[in-house]
Amino acid sequence: MEYYILMILGAVLVNNIILAQFLGICPFMGVSGKMSTAVGMGAALLFVMTLSTMVTTLVYNYVLVPLELVYLQTVIFILIIAALVQALEIVLKKVSPSLYNALGIFLPLITTNCAVLGIAITVTLKSFSLIDATLFTMFTALGFCVAIIIFAGIREQLELVNIPKGMKGIPIALITVGILALAFMGFANLA
Amino acid sequence: MSKKENSIWQLITALTSITVVATIALSCVYLATKEPIKQIKIAKDNAAKVMVLPGFDPASGVFVQTKALPEGLKDSLTVTLAYMNNQLFGAAVATHTNIAFSGRFDIMVGFDHEGNILNTEVLGHQETPGLGDKIDKKKDKFPLQFAGRTPKEKPLSVRKDGGDIDAITAATISSRAFCNAVNYAYQAYQMVLQDAEIINNNNITEKEENHE
Amino acid sequence: MNKVELITRGLIKENPTLIMVLGLCPSLAVTTSAINGIGMGLATTFVLMCSNTLISMLRKVIPNKVRIPIFVVVFAAFVSMIDLVMQAYIPALSASLGLFIPLIAVNCIVFARAESFAIKNKIFDSALDGLGMGLGFTLALFLIGSVREILGNGSIFDYRFMENSEILVFVLAPGAFFVMGFIIATIRFFQAKKN
Repeated sequence: MEYYILMILGAVLVNNIILAQFLGICPFMGVSGKMSTAVGMGAALLFVMTLSTMVTTLVYNYVLVPLELVYLQTVIFILIIAALVQALEIVLKKVSPSLYNALGIFLPLITTNCAVLGIAITVTLKSFSLIDATLFTMFTALGFCVAIIIFAGIREQLELVNIPKGMKGIPIALITVGILALAFMGFANLA
Repeated sequence: MSKKENSIWQLITALTSITVVATIALSCVYLATKEPIKQIKIAKDNAAKVMVLPGFDPASGVFVQTKALPEGLKDSLTVTLAYMNNQLFGAAVATHTNIAFSGRFDIMVGFDHEGNILNTEVLGHQETPGLGDKIDKKKDKFPLQFAGRTPKEKPLSVRKDGGDIDAITAATISSRAFCNAVNYAYQAYQMVLQDAEIINNNNITEKEENHE
Repeated sequence: MNKVELITRGLIKENPTLIMVLGLCPSLAVTTSAINGIGMGLATTFVLMCSNTLISMLRKVIPNKVRIPIFVVVFAAFVSMIDLVMQAYIPALSASLGLFIPLIAVNCIVFARAESFAIKNKIFDSALDGLGMGLGFTLALFLIGSVREILGNGSIFDYRFMENSEILVFVLAPGAFFVMGFIIATIRFFQAKKN
């Protein structure tokens, strides 16, 4: 139990995927302007990341390692993720149109999202079991949600503030994330 | 790009053929780089072995490689016993831990024949630059405090956990993981030594053995 | 557009990182030192040139519908190749860039150049475009990396010239965001002044 509590703390707060590992910054910057899109992106990523890591971990452990094809890892993982996102889009459209309407527009963006591939590779480096890998990915994606929701909240306020011209947009956003990262570093002593 | 709609088979053929070509090309590069990568790893390993066993002369001594699996680890550790003049000089243990801040890191620990730590060397890690990467002695004094200590009486641990290792500031997890890896190394060394007593009278030969 | 302009435009005017703000992940993650920045930049340049060339070569036969999976396979293959070559011949740099080498395959810059340039243009032009964009990326990473190394570690290219006055936070995660934010702000400030 203690192991899993430490895992949650580590993945969500201490080793936050955005603020400490720099994975998935592009969607983080791109869709954090409004709270509603931020939540949608977070949910879509949670879904896709968990699913794809499950598949990639299985493929890695039972196909790539026994056949000594680990060097094909990047190519295979990327194909799996792309195929999975496509399939998910089709299934969602059929099964739950409401969910598709909420998450649909984010799905194509996720194919080329480094967070998904990054976590799939990180998990193989950690030699996790399937259950641990899935949980770890879920918590990491949860960390993304936490970061993007906090940041979207700040960004909505930033719109109302008078800031120097050159700072507007991306620069002030980057510096804000920096301060957020600084705050999250305080969690390092938790674990 | 053609103007007319492609049939599903054309799409599949295009995708399959590019994947096959990519795989073949990649396999060629893999085969070409396989040997150099292996050589680099071996060279690095050997350099580390000599580094963690100060006083041992690899020219006149003999290395004997075995494996041992301490309780709590998934992968077995490689223990290299070092003999000089047919006497045990010590051992270099390639150990690792999974409880580090960013995944696994690998270190080499050298022990003398009594189990005192001689030296340590980081083989590979992904710890945070500026914090956890101070486990590397090029960056910080932290790893130097291990020489001369032994996990014999009680396992090594950081002050926060009641031990007497000074942790790296703001990188307790990395420091703790380092102690942990050293303790595993000691366990593996002792396991191999118990076995070595049995075969000590025999000639020293290369052997591979797994302790489950 | 002449050939020289194809290269220089990626370097300054349309710098992929500092002007277009693409490929943020590697620009933030690996720039803890100047040498890491250059290494990452050159690895990406290689992938950009190769993938741009190949995609431009195949532009007439790639079916529009599956172009994205095909791009992705091409990127991943080149990335894996450079990864293996780096492991074999520059192991130290390869170790310090680690995970971010395979992640070049999902770098937005590589993707953007294939989609907006290589698929529509001639082979040689595409290769030059890849080279220019790659060098622009390298330049940006080198800039961010040196600022972070100088301020955070008191050194440049591992040569230490400052003792005890380093500001550690600049090599840590927050420093990456600060440095990049201020560099982009400075560029925008001067751009606004010029207009």
